[in-house]
Amino acid sequence: MSEYILLRHRDVPHIDQLDVYRQHDGFEAFRKAVTAMQPADVINEVKASGLRGRGGAGFPTGTKWSFLPNNLWPHYVVANADESEPGTFKDREIMEGNPFQFLEGLMIASYAVQANVAYIYLRGEFWQIAAGLDKCIAELEKAGLLGENLFGTSYSLHVYTHLGAGAYICGEESALLESLEGKLGQPRLRPPFPAVAGLYGKPTVINNVETLTNLPPILHKGAAWYKSIGTEKSPGVKIFCLSGNVNNPGNYELPLGTTFRHLIYDLGGGIPGNKKIKAIMPAGASSFIIPATDKALDTPMDYESVPALGAQLGSASVIILDESVNIARVIRKTTHFFKHESCGKCTPCREGTYWMDHITQRMVDGTARPEDIDLLEAVAKQIQGKCLCPLGEFSISAVLSSVKPFRQDFEELVAHEEVKTSV
Amino acid sequence: MNQLLDQYPKEINTILAKYPADRQRSAVMPLLHLAQRQNGYVTKQALADIAEILNLSTTDVASIVGFYSLYHEEGGRYRIQVCTDLPCALRGADEFLGKLCENLGIKVGETTPDGLVTFEEVTCLAGCHRAPMFQMQGDGEITYHENQTVESTLKLIDELKQHNGAQEGK
Repeated sequence: MSEYILLRHRDVPHIDQLDVYRQHDGFEAFRKAVTAMQPADVINEVKASGLRGRGGAGFPTGTKWSFLPNNLWPHYVVANADESEPGTFKDREIMEGNPFQFLEGLMIASYAVQANVAYIYLRGEFWQIAAGLDKCIAELEKAGLLGENLFGTSYSLHVYTHLGAGAYICGEESALLESLEGKLGQPRLRPPFPAVAGLYGKPTVINNVETLTNLPPILHKGAAWYKSIGTEKSPGVKIFCLSGNVNNPGNYELPLGTTFRHLIYDLGGGIPGNKKIKAIMPAGASSFIIPATDKALDTPMDYESVPALGAQLGSASVIILDESVNIARVIRKTTHFFKHESCGKCTPCREGTYWMDHITQRMVDGTARPEDIDLLEAVAKQIQGKCLCPLGEFSISAVLSSVKPFRQDFEELVAHEEVKTSV
Repeated sequence: MNQLLDQYPKEINTILAKYPADRQRSAVMPLLHLAQRQNGYVTKQALADIAEILNLSTTDVASIVGFYSLYHEEGGRYRIQVCTDLPCALRGADEFLGKLCENLGIKVGETTPDGLVTFEEVTCLAGCHRAPMFQMQGDGEITYHENQTVESTLKLIDELKQHNGAQEGK
């Protein structure tokens, strides 16, 4: 890529400083929105750009905004900076390296839905990042870009950071709102959706950090320009987080529709020790595990093509597994993660993740019985479709997509049982 | 008497001002972060103080402490929390943590005999590409330490001990 659209700090040194950001068209898009555009114009421009939510669901951003009723006030905007999916570390780089573009995006979204207060919900671990954003917000207030009567108009906006405290579930938007209200981070029953009854029961937009960071360039250069990048149904750029068994792990900002092969081999430098690639998890720990066939490697990474492989793009946290990795040990890690992060509200998720954790612990301890493989699959199927939020569903993606194609890996671990009991 | 309010009047006002006047319960999490600053965990007194400030029951505040993993009710003044989730494990995080504990002669979840540092295994910290990595919680801050080796971490712990010893000597 010639020029970064989101990770602009890689092109422009010190863009994390307000004066440098402003020298590079910073806050021109926000100024244009507030002084020259109606909120509905902003929503229409974002709809026309085809931008889809980058947090995982891929829902069209402009459409999400248009669901807010105009007879219920106030409206709120919340930036979801709870980045916690294993394998995801993109929002962190944006907020560390290019914080003002993210904030400008949040401000544009706030103007579009006429919110006067916006919150940034950061995972508690991002303490340093929150401190940095607080500093940026103070500078924006001083510069008259945040506060009352912006650019001499009647529009006012205040932005606040709010730190979570270590709970993956708070990345789920209704749990995030509960947490922001000072309660346990547990999902709400929907409907009503946050667009109608969100924060403090008021209409609320919740957008991912990366989604918001796309907004300034979209308004600045226009929807047609944005739509010219990526594919027809998945326009624009996406930050792919590459991790696991790969030579150059890191964030890669690429047009949607780039193939796995290009990311892993041309940019990621391939697999260490020239080992063979065994499987890909395209959406972090929540991912279905895709055997790394030629067909999979040549699949474009976008919101339509990855589901055609039986997986999903999610937040594009691409974890690479090489031939030396036993997939049952991977499942041990993912099930342990979900057992730890289940909020406990829905019984199938709470109990199911507990038992999957136990079974896979037995497998790595060498105390599993051969029938534990089928038991693991049976427990996973009993979680399927029975929970309020996607966490339960995420906890079984890796299990259900691996038990059959990688059964040998599981059998290798349970085979220890006979040795153990005979000694 | 509200000790927390006496100790951090300015910080508490800033926190409360972030939320609508009739929605002050939202401040419970930031206040708990503040309460942990001094000891590395939330004391019983702090629970009562926060409950009083927000007009909640102490049990309500305690339930928040129990639910979220960054709040603690006991432990060392500092916490080194190593991520051993899948992407980090693929880059040797389990071996790193094992060797670290072996060197210090403690187990995961235990605190060094001087009560200074507790070692924990945690889930993803969004540092997958720079594993082995951990976060250090203490003094009301959380700092990231990435691309770690056992040697670099032991050095950090030594520095922490010296720094802390020097402070206590004053």
